[in-house]
Amino acid sequence: MDFKVGAPESVDTDTEEGRKFRQEIRDFLDKELTPEVVQARELQRDRPYDLIPLAREFSRKLAAKGWLAPRAPRWPKEYGGVERSDEEQRIIFEEFTARGIVVGSAYGGIQGPIIMRHGSEVMKREYLPKIARGEISFSLGYTEPNAGTDLATLEMRAVHDGDDYVINGQKVYSTGAHYSTHHWLAARTDPSAPKHMGISLFIVDLASPGVTIRPLWTMDGERTNEVFYDDVRVPVSNRVGEENQGWSYIREALGVERIVMGGMAGTGSRSILDDLIDYVKETKRGGRPLAKDPSVRQSLAQLAIETSIRRLFNYRTGWLMSKGVIPEVEAAISKVWGNELDQKVGHIGTQIMGLYGQLESDSKWVPLDGRVEYRHLFAVHLSYGGGSHELMRSLIATRGMGLPREPRV
Amino acid sequence: MDFDLNEEQEMLKTAARDFLSKECPKALVREMVQDERGYPPELWRKMAELEWLGLIFPEKYGGLGGSFLDLTVLLEEMGRACLPGPFFSTVVQSGLFILNAGSEEQKQNLLPKIAEGKVIVTLALTEPSASYDAASVGVEATSNNDDYTINGTKLFIPDAHIADYIICITRTKKRGVPEEGITAFLVDGRSPGINCTVLKTIAGDKLCEVIFDRVRVPKKSIVGKLDQAWAPLEKTLQQATLAKCAEMVGGGQQVLEMSADYTKERVVFGRPLGSFPVIQHYVANMMMEVDGSRFLTYEAAWKLSEGLPCTMEIAMAKAWTSDSYRRVTALGQQIFGGVGFIEDHDMPLYFKRAKAAELTLGDGNFHRERVARQLGLPFHAQS
Repeated sequence: MDFKVGAPESVDTDTEEGRKFRQEIRDFLDKELTPEVVQARELQRDRPYDLIPLAREFSRKLAAKGWLAPRAPRWPKEYGGVERSDEEQRIIFEEFTARGIVVGSAYGGIQGPIIMRHGSEVMKREYLPKIARGEISFSLGYTEPNAGTDLATLEMRAVHDGDDYVINGQKVYSTGAHYSTHHWLAARTDPSAPKHMGISLFIVDLASPGVTIRPLWTMDGERTNEVFYDDVRVPVSNRVGEENQGWSYIREALGVERIVMGGMAGTGSRSILDDLIDYVKETKRGGRPLAKDPSVRQSLAQLAIETSIRRLFNYRTGWLMSKGVIPEVEAAISKVWGNELDQKVGHIGTQIMGLYGQLESDSKWVPLDGRVEYRHLFAVHLSYGGGSHELMRSLIATRGMGLPREPRV
Repeated sequence: MDFDLNEEQEMLKTAARDFLSKECPKALVREMVQDERGYPPELWRKMAELEWLGLIFPEKYGGLGGSFLDLTVLLEEMGRACLPGPFFSTVVQSGLFILNAGSEEQKQNLLPKIAEGKVIVTLALTEPSASYDAASVGVEATSNNDDYTINGTKLFIPDAHIADYIICITRTKKRGVPEEGITAFLVDGRSPGINCTVLKTIAGDKLCEVIFDRVRVPKKSIVGKLDQAWAPLEKTLQQATLAKCAEMVGGGQQVLEMSADYTKERVVFGRPLGSFPVIQHYVANMMMEVDGSRFLTYEAAWKLSEGLPCTMEIAMAKAWTSDSYRRVTALGQQIFGGVGFIEDHDMPLYFKRAKAAELTLGDGNFHRERVARQLGLPFHAQS
């Protein structure tokens, strides 16, 4: 066993090339990771989508350097990738982690591996280099008003017509659709087949005629979208893989997404916890620092412990992936644990602040820029988004401990 | 980063699992709860032959020179098997204390005897105040020429009724900071003036009241240095705390596995219990609890083995594992239902041990307070 991790301990073991590469990353980050970018990223820390333009621009620059998805499967050169050595992958990971950079998935972190595995040669040559360079970004087109966790019941219809499909219907919660270039769309191509057998997966240019994007405002003040398709024509070449086989690709993509989400879940909680520790040291209630209140001490210690477990769960997932194992159960554990920790940090943090815990980020008197209050709201959706925790727990028990599946009705 | 055990540790784990499942069946565990001594000497002898009793001691003291991580692997299996007996008191608490505090001569004299299974030793720290801090050490040792006289009551002392030696932690200086003025004496367990009573405990392990009534001990029986036992004792307590976590991880893993197995066999309303999402979610929670305990424990054990600072990690491990093991056994009880409530079932063994282990060497609140201090929150007592 070995729990070594992070930049400081590994620098000594870098090769000559590794040292240069590390310096290149550090120089780049010194220049590009400006306080404004840090602040923009702070506001949306550990979220899967780059919501704020400044942060988005930073992610794009990372992509341009070929550093965006260091843990993704190797990206072959013929598709615009940079074939990195294990050492380079490790250095990217270490330097990013040391600066608190969590790379989002909107730039094809989910789509890349699926296209690589199932896309046609034409599709690979067209889209993979653009993903690698950060030129295109995806919004997910899965959920519909009547298809959520039970996604396979989706009703959006794609009808084959010559060289195109003609698509009609509605998607909801397409976060980022209003600034993304493409939709990663699941639609029904065979309504007569059993529900899992009649779905296909498409890449749709969101600028296509007939696409209407409308905002849906969430309770934490963010924008997601509903997307309407009205006779939208999509070339057959934009279908990912085989017709009617979409469900298996989507399941794969959901698996990748879960690993991405599992890897990010709870990563922001550590810095909020650090801020809370400073806060209770500096803040007095009834003449004594909050830090001396035994219940506050217990609560923060408990959060610190659960944060440590979160870190170790994520290490395990990363370690398994580095060995070529697809950590399905372990990623589900990371996701459940990290997201529930996010919820606890928001809830307990606002409790510790008392009346101040309800102040929003731009309010007079607000502590810690309202980050804790925001976390309390933001974290609500994490326990169902990207796989509900009920499904995750059933997956953990059935695949992890061999429990029998619930009979299908 | 590597979550795998090394080859030797895998071998140790497998060997320990096989040996304990054969030599320490649950019937024996239950028998030992009723047994006056609380351990089978035959099993103890075999464990000495396997060199488990000296696993952690350096080779020059008759040990195998194993790391703390190696010990953690073994303790996990012992916890899984509910191994009764004085391994924890003799090897972990006393052995490590002698290693941490003793003179070269004491180590050479005592550690090989422990490794060979020839002596049972226990460490007597806690008193009726039931605390683990230096200020709570009230049993006094007063000097008269070359001898000391020990007076007072030690409480919750494991295996004192069978101990050849009791390492008695005493106060030898009343003024000044509590940590300065603590002295450890190696006392013959059969010395005149020692009165030992076994307490009735939830898990049926043998915790004792030990009354020292004018017990005379020679000056040379001081383990280590006069007045300076606290620092090595504190180190020992940390190691023992982590060792307790390792036992709990093993117990939790066993409860998880047997509960999961039961949900596959038991049919309710015409289908396996485990096919009900509510039960699946219990099992998923148990798995996360045990994995969390395991990783906190093993990371701390790795750090300890590497000589890295790990005060915070140990406190985190015990705080979490104490509560978590209790929750895991409670879920296990819920899954087994009535059958698990029968005394002859295995569940009660784990449920009871979970409570005993939780309370031993500081519970969740105790260790969370330590974590809070490590996080830099100003010490509560200073307010």
